[in-house]
Amino acid sequence: MIQEMTYKPDSMILNMGPQHPSTHGVLRLRLETDGEIVNKVEPVLGYLHRTFEKHCENLEYPQIVPYTDRLDYIAAMNNNLGYVLAVEKMLDIELPERVEYIRVIMSELNRIASHLIALGTFGLDLGAWTPLLYTLREREMILDLFESACGARLLYNYMWIGGLSHDLPVGFVEKTYEFLDIFDAKVKEYNDLLSTNKIFVERTVDVGILPKDLAINYACTGPVLRGSGIKWDLRKDEPYSIYDRFEFDVPIGNDEIGSVGDSFDRYMVRVWEMEESAKIVRQALDQLPKNGDVQAAIPRKIKPPKGAEVYFRTEAPRGEIGFYIKSDGTAKPYRLKMRSSAFVNLSVLPEISEGWMIADLVTILGSLDIVLGEIDR
Amino acid sequence: MIEFIFDLFKPAEFPIISRILFAVLTFAFIGGFVIVAVWLERKVAAHMQDRLGPMRVGFHGILQTIADTVKLIIKEDIIPSAADKVLFITAPFLVFMGAFLSFLAIPVSEEFTPSDLNGGLFYILAVSSIVIPGLVMAGWGSNNKWSLFGAMRSAAQMVSYEIPIVLSLLVVVMAASSLNLSEIVGAQKVGLGGFSGIAGWFFIRNPFLFVAFWVYIIAGTAENNRTPFDLPEAESELVAGFHTEYSGMRFAFFFLAEYAAMLVMALVVAICFMGGWLPIIGTESAIPGFVWLLGKAMSIVLLQMWFRWTFPRLRVDQLMTISWKVLLPITFVLVLGQGVWSIWIG
Repeated sequence: MIQEMTYKPDSMILNMGPQHPSTHGVLRLRLETDGEIVNKVEPVLGYLHRTFEKHCENLEYPQIVPYTDRLDYIAAMNNNLGYVLAVEKMLDIELPERVEYIRVIMSELNRIASHLIALGTFGLDLGAWTPLLYTLREREMILDLFESACGARLLYNYMWIGGLSHDLPVGFVEKTYEFLDIFDAKVKEYNDLLSTNKIFVERTVDVGILPKDLAINYACTGPVLRGSGIKWDLRKDEPYSIYDRFEFDVPIGNDEIGSVGDSFDRYMVRVWEMEESAKIVRQALDQLPKNGDVQAAIPRKIKPPKGAEVYFRTEAPRGEIGFYIKSDGTAKPYRLKMRSSAFVNLSVLPEISEGWMIADLVTILGSLDIVLGEIDR
Repeated sequence: MIEFIFDLFKPAEFPIISRILFAVLTFAFIGGFVIVAVWLERKVAAHMQDRLGPMRVGFHGILQTIADTVKLIIKEDIIPSAADKVLFITAPFLVFMGAFLSFLAIPVSEEFTPSDLNGGLFYILAVSSIVIPGLVMAGWGSNNKWSLFGAMRSAAQMVSYEIPIVLSLLVVVMAASSLNLSEIVGAQKVGLGGFSGIAGWFFIRNPFLFVAFWVYIIAGTAENNRTPFDLPEAESELVAGFHTEYSGMRFAFFFLAEYAAMLVMALVVAICFMGGWLPIIGTESAIPGFVWLLGKAMSIVLLQMWFRWTFPRLRVDQLMTISWKVLLPITFVLVLGQGVWSIWIG
């Protein structure tokens, strides 16, 4: 990854990170700048590498679930879901209805929480402090719901292979309805404060345009791909779990303000997605079966047959995450490989940020919404 | 004894002691203001953001800034080994000097002005330009690339915004036909139709002065490097801009200078557009003049804080566009319009 840069007398090599306020963790960017203009960007990774995949080879299948929490720690429920669905497909487990619904409710709530962080920190990258505090206020309500369900606020270990760690507590459904009622009004507040702000629009529109073909060539997924105007959402196009039972739209970037695929579109897609997620949660709560043992289908021992392998992909807040698991007949996987959405999305950064200013680089990086825990694994 | 203490303040009798005393008192006033303003800023920010802000030290955290100041004073004084020591050490004082010297010409009330200069407004504009070399020295002397970026941005920004500031204040000077700050306030005693009080204040005197008022507020906010124009210290881009390498007391001086500059800008608005020490109704009031002046200035300070916690930050080129392509043509029209107004309407 690290290459020597040719030194030119009128350019400056600048190290952005790993300790920098707006690299969203410990990402390091090597920049070649000419004044404020960024001529070359080179992401340098690995500061948060924790050998997740090697760890998994030495852990039994259920023990891996808490490790998946720590991948994309802002959307731990969605990681849990991706992993347990992969193992369940391997073992061919039939799940109780109630488990399916609770899983959808939890992952969509986590998607809202994750997008709230994305929105807030994007505002912070542009110098607006207050939206972050507002979005964290609503995220707090979601975290309270999670805490009441599983005791944890960040790393949940809630979804187990074949079931859940706990059933929903008394009053969870009512409290979630209450949250959704409050949340619908709050989205308007974010739009008033940030999305329609003149300075915000000036800073994001037409900045870092990601064309359709480039997005596909780099295998971008999630809001980054949809921001470029491509309607691709695994929940809709390749429904897993019970997503085919809900009605929701897949928002894509449009050219109403600026070109398709700019930072503004990627941001707006997240705002719209939160509204769609809220719709899904509402439908799931309406249809939620009243009774059912959430741990009924948990297998006594988990030993997939020798040579069994599976690749399963799900739509996490940052895009498509996939787990490839190969079994050697023991209780531990022979190999586990994870496809990280943020890692793939980050790879497009050098392409779309060259020629922009340092301030725009921060905007583009913020609009890609990376989480280093998932990139370095 | 008391008379002797008052005598100490008379330059005629004690030329050196009186001047030192004035300097110390001004410094103490700035220090006191900054301590209150920092606390206020944190409280304003907190309540705008649905939180409480500092609550532990003293009543509603009012002593928090004092605790922070003590912490800054007793911190280790770090000078990076690669820094240019002379520039690095001088820069914070030079930056503070720009704001500090401006207080000399501020007319506090009808009776008292520290120094009643004939070209008072000109003096304030000139002295506040000392800040620019100070910032460039800080950025260059730190020997840090982020600091250098911050210094270059601030130099470009302040030089650009100096022009709309000067031209918008020129409109005031034309209306008052004086550069003396006391006379500018005096010209606001009686307004159109012989009404006194708020009707006399320049910012509602005529449309040109009203626009000049807002141009000055925008350009003044940019001159002070406050959000949405806080590019020199944009923490999400440049870490901390020109003061990245500073810590302890030297950093505190930059902080002090920022808030002092904010107060100077607010005082200039209060004097030039909002009638200085004049009360809101009539010309006489039981409340002393300096309370009126400070009250008006604080409202402008609060406005700046409101800006800061609402807006995102502009980009460098957009910042320059606003100065050169928007504010500058507007101020040209204002100067022309005010000239016509002065001749035909009065």
